[in-house]
Amino acid sequence: MSNYLYILWIPLLPLATFVVLGLFGRKYFAKSAGIISTASLLTSTILSFVAAKQYFFVDGKVNGIYQKIIALKYTWLQFSPNVSIDMGVIVDPISVMMLIVVTSVSLMVHVFSLGYMKGEERFATYYAFLSLFTFSMLGLILSVNIFQVYMFWELVGVSSFLLIGYYFNKPSAVAASKKAFIVTRFADLGFLIGIMIMGFYGGTLDIGLLIEKLTSAQSPEFLSITSASFLGASMLTWGLTLIFMGGAGKSAMFPLHIWLPDAMEGPTPVSALIHAATMVVAGVYLVARLFPIFSMDEAALTIVTYVGAFSALLAAIIACTQTDIKRVLAYSTMSQIGYMMFALGISKNGGEAGLGYMASMFHLFTHAFFKSLLFLGAGAVIHMVHSNEMKDMGGLRKLMPITHVAFLIACLAIAGIPPFAGFFSKEEILTAAFDHAHNDALDHGEGTWTMKLPLIILAACAVGVGFIPFSQFITSDGAALETHIDMIFSIAPVSLSIIAILLSASFYKNQNTKSDKAVALFGGFYRAAYKKFYVDELYLFITKKIVFPLIGQPIAWADRNIVDGFVMLIANTTAKISTAIKGLQSGKVQNYALYFFGGVIALSVLFIYIWK
Amino acid sequence: MNEIPLTHILFLSTALFFIGMYGLFTRRNLITMLMSIELMLNSVNINFVAFNKYLFPDQLDGLFFSLFIITIAAAEAAVAIAIIINLYRSHQSIDVDDATEMKF
Repeated sequence: MSNYLYILWIPLLPLATFVVLGLFGRKYFAKSAGIISTASLLTSTILSFVAAKQYFFVDGKVNGIYQKIIALKYTWLQFSPNVSIDMGVIVDPISVMMLIVVTSVSLMVHVFSLGYMKGEERFATYYAFLSLFTFSMLGLILSVNIFQVYMFWELVGVSSFLLIGYYFNKPSAVAASKKAFIVTRFADLGFLIGIMIMGFYGGTLDIGLLIEKLTSAQSPEFLSITSASFLGASMLTWGLTLIFMGGAGKSAMFPLHIWLPDAMEGPTPVSALIHAATMVVAGVYLVARLFPIFSMDEAALTIVTYVGAFSALLAAIIACTQTDIKRVLAYSTMSQIGYMMFALGISKNGGEAGLGYMASMFHLFTHAFFKSLLFLGAGAVIHMVHSNEMKDMGGLRKLMPITHVAFLIACLAIAGIPPFAGFFSKEEILTAAFDHAHNDALDHGEGTWTMKLPLIILAACAVGVGFIPFSQFITSDGAALETHIDMIFSIAPVSLSIIAILLSASFYKNQNTKSDKAVALFGGFYRAAYKKFYVDELYLFITKKIVFPLIGQPIAWADRNIVDGFVMLIANTTAKISTAIKGLQSGKVQNYALYFFGGVIALSVLFIYIWK
Repeated sequence: MNEIPLTHILFLSTALFFIGMYGLFTRRNLITMLMSIELMLNSVNINFVAFNKYLFPDQLDGLFFSLFIITIAAAEAAVAIAIIINLYRSHQSIDVDDATEMKF
């Protein structure tokens, strides 16, 4: 086993950038922040590719199986001989894959932002936040300890909060960042409880040890966690479900998805980063990281499956009715993440049955590229037409040829990947955005080369990454898996995609009323989907009508009257006593001397005659 | 030569102490109050020396103690007079009844 310690530099470089830009950025690097940050991330990206090459092609494999390598482990807080919080670096197929995904997508976003965010007042701050985000995600990926995951998990939450609320003088952005933070925090509560349950029964917080202990059906830890039950489900199911709840919050699974569309308030490159490579795949990554444990519990996997499938369907339906291009993309992300969860849910651990795991990771990998491409393309379009509404976009093919081709490639990629072909929401974007007939004269260029270059690179990735023999590298048990594309099987989804493309083309190709007719056909269902099935309203109803008056207000009353009252009582008593005796401090020195000698005499009398 | 009994000396020091205390309480002039405090300190010195002589004639601890007290008293007199001069500069008086601002 050779030395992988240099991987530590991959997260540390963005951290250093964050510290430098965060502290001195606005003063000294107001113009050069982008270049500095991009250069440091470029180094990280190169290191990631070096690590990937070394791991996948040189020495990761022992006897045909990719090994889990702990490159570094440092015990940070020791609670008991077994339970400790460690900081470390893990090297295994999925972490190396995620390194590639995060660094390269983040790099593309950095480069794209050079043009997109040019001239922003808080340019350096923006790059500092981007670096923090990248650092936290890289730290999350490399975690060896489930508590380390949790810490970086929260860091991801904080930095996404900062980025979504980047335009802090826009009330909607502030509300969106707050919403994202509160919803994911709520989900993280479940995650934390899940960690506690796992730590309590598994007797360790180390991921490797935990998997080892909880996957052998005879171990005492496994017996104790499965025999203990609460409300009819075993503690294993509870722990895994709660951990999945954290993952669902970050990955925007139903019913914790409400923050995702609002998160579009941030700058568009940030949306690309959040949706493609970082925040939303954190949940999938978490489930994949703990997958051996998940595979021991049928009930938890069933929950993952159903939540994933339902979210995918729900998001796809809502996406069809939205008109804001970024919201459509947001729902399409939710849909794709749903597929990944679904694929994990139906998978088994090891061998042929682990196909779902492999497919999920593969989809995560490809999705990262074409979804960041879609967002950056959308960013380029928004940059040009100054509108998020898709009806304002049309006939841009001639004006923005590169963006057009890139977007087209991304859409075809998202629509046509077996075994889980995309839904027709993306074709709608494609046609609506680029072939919609009426055309406003636009006098902008297509943007600077820094905005075009990432599009070209990502388009190439979107075309190319599908051909990577992924099953050779990343499987649930590390052994290579033979996959054969079943042509007969893939006919149905692909033809469905093509039908959907043609259908939406007929809707939007020319000015016609076909789409209005379709709307009329679905009527109430369309309106419900347009209103996102009233999930937001439901949340508002629950919080405003039930939680606030029944729980919040009584607690507030108790806080004001009982807790505060007690404190006020102490304060008032002290004040009264002070007022009563303040006359003793007369300012006359001789009075004080008198008190002093009086005290001495009293003490003498006490000790000599009374105390004995 | 007749030995002076210990009680005589203790009587002297007690008298000195209470004369000092009386002066401290009744005089309004800060210099006089300082002198009264010196009287009290000296009465303690007398006690130390007397007890040393009568109870532990072969030791010197009490004498050393009184030497230290004399040193401290000198330093204390210097500080006190400095305070009094400052007080005089700010209040044009060294009467304690004129310096009663430090109250509630």
